[in-house]
Amino acid sequence: MTDTLTPVLSANWGDERAWTLAAYTERGGYQGLTKALAMEPDAIINEVKESGLRGRGGAGFPTGMKWGFIPQDNPNPKYLVVNADESEPGTCKDIPLMMANPHVLVEGVIIASRAIRANYAFIYVRGEVLHVIRRLRAAVREAYEAGHLGKDIHGSGYDLDLVIHAGAGAYICGEETALLDSLEGRRGQPRLRPPFPAVAGLYASPTVVNNVESVASVPGIILGGADWFGSMGTEKSRGHGIFSLSGHVAKPGQYEAPFGITLRELLDLGGGMRPGSELKFWTPGGSSTPILTAEHLDVPLDFEAVGAAGSMLGTRALQIFDQTTSVVRAVLRWTEFYKHESCGKCTPCREGTWWLAQTLRRMDQGKGQPGDIELLLDLCDNILGRAFCALGDGATSPITSAIEYFREEFEASMTTPSWELFPPSASTLFAKEGV
Amino acid sequence: MTDLEQLDSKTLAEMTELADRYPQARSALLPMLHLVQSAQGQITQAGIQACADALELTEAEVSAVATFYTMYKRRPMGKHHVGVCTNTLCAVMGGDEIFDRLCAHLDVGNDETSEDGQITLEKVECNAACDFAPVMMVNWEFFDNQTPESAIEVVDDLRADKPVQSTRGATITSWREAERVIGGFEDGLVDEGPAANGASLAGLEIAAEKGWAAPAMDAAAKKAKPAGGTDD
Repeated sequence: MTDTLTPVLSANWGDERAWTLAAYTERGGYQGLTKALAMEPDAIINEVKESGLRGRGGAGFPTGMKWGFIPQDNPNPKYLVVNADESEPGTCKDIPLMMANPHVLVEGVIIASRAIRANYAFIYVRGEVLHVIRRLRAAVREAYEAGHLGKDIHGSGYDLDLVIHAGAGAYICGEETALLDSLEGRRGQPRLRPPFPAVAGLYASPTVVNNVESVASVPGIILGGADWFGSMGTEKSRGHGIFSLSGHVAKPGQYEAPFGITLRELLDLGGGMRPGSELKFWTPGGSSTPILTAEHLDVPLDFEAVGAAGSMLGTRALQIFDQTTSVVRAVLRWTEFYKHESCGKCTPCREGTWWLAQTLRRMDQGKGQPGDIELLLDLCDNILGRAFCALGDGATSPITSAIEYFREEFEASMTTPSWELFPPSASTLFAKEGV
Repeated sequence: MTDLEQLDSKTLAEMTELADRYPQARSALLPMLHLVQSAQGQITQAGIQACADALELTEAEVSAVATFYTMYKRRPMGKHHVGVCTNTLCAVMGGDEIFDRLCAHLDVGNDETSEDGQITLEKVECNAACDFAPVMMVNWEFFDNQTPESAIEVVDDLRADKPVQSTRGATITSWREAERVIGGFEDGLVDEGPAANGASLAGLEIAAEKGWAAPAMDAAAKKAKPAGGTDD
């Protein structure tokens, strides 16, 4: 039986100057690299396959399998691209990870690149996080100086260059093919698949795109072994993961735990909801994952169980809202986000998110019209599965799930503004208790 | 107005340096546009032309990219960019009220600059710090757990050119200097601020208190040899 919390990637976040090479090495950092440099690339891929590591960016695709899809007989260069464009509303795990512990990501990049036989790797980090970008650039510089990057790494004959690339503000670039277009210096718009990036990714060459936390988990898997990693978590969702609690809870923050922990357990650790608060609704993995309610407190937070509960595990971004929160206001704000971030490439998403926002706005104002709930559901039906990428699908999740659980609030929006039913001041961090 | 002013030779040389970092030069376009903003305070026509020349693109191709991303500003910016997250969670936790109070205090609307040229205020989307909600960004540095009063204090200090430090980062410089780091050049401030604090350490502190940890690596290795066929 493993402990309730299992800090691995976050274990050194409290260390003095944890972001430096010296502090990371002091803790045993780059030993995974030493071990990996003595392994055949295919053995690294096998170890990661055996570990059961699944993509930590939300989709949960097996990481080792993704690496195995790279056609090694393709004459083009191979590339590793780390998706550090963390922008899904509610998601806040990769940013503190890169701020405090950038070297575990750099070490993971080197091991993963060697496994797929890439000599060039990129970390595509969102542009709006200045200090994280500083920490990444410094970590890469230090890694070059220490001989962990560059030509003939530690006499292995293996060469790798790593570039920190900052984006410029576009949620859509978290979608892996849009990210690749953006990294090529274009507007970030998703590409038609197939071909998948494994075959034709960056510069039309075989490319692996992995989330930050996925890549950062690799040094531990190589050093501790697949069984060590698999000793945490559930059968099909193995390993450790960072769970991010935010909102109306007594102790918001980052909790690194085995997959399969429940929201009730996480809440209990930190003293539950904030004083006077009752859980009303929550997202298991960001705004694109259908909302859940208090009846789902004991759902194991792994890919299978959250799926069976009608949502998705996503990025383990647990946004918690209490009884003071208007569901209509919350859903409107998410919808305005998707409308703002729709790249405009496909009609269902570009036009559909516009209509959704327009309809929800009048409902938020208490000016909903008869048939608006049906209109929303019909619009969602016309977007879900018909958009070019997952952004459109994600836009429908909060709406359809909120109507499922809180239909009466949408009905009330025919007559009463959300701010009358749920005065916003009562929801804030600085609200006086009992307001 | 700098719109027709040409970029200086140092900036042009740095653009070439950025292009040289990539297997294909066009990949440097986003960093180069950040550098243009750093050099000229906004995306200028001269900057677009310089990027196009450096990458053998048309001005239309560069403009298409510059207009897609929200961090690129096509109007003169204030010395500091202040972003208030008004995505759902931060909005509910008080971001809406903070934004409204800052608008009134600075006498500006969204995406507008205060009369003294010091602050450009903007609503921003989720900035990946939800456990610190409500969050404000100054030149893309975190200001966590804000209240309307604390946010007003920060902007007042910025307007008075007093030293201001991010709650989890470095001393605030300026939006233009920040854009240079984002574009690709270090500024020596990496060692300011903590590794992590506050909410980032919530789980770690509880684990330390309870004596919880991940399983020891040797224990798992003894129990069963890794199945991947490693041969180190």
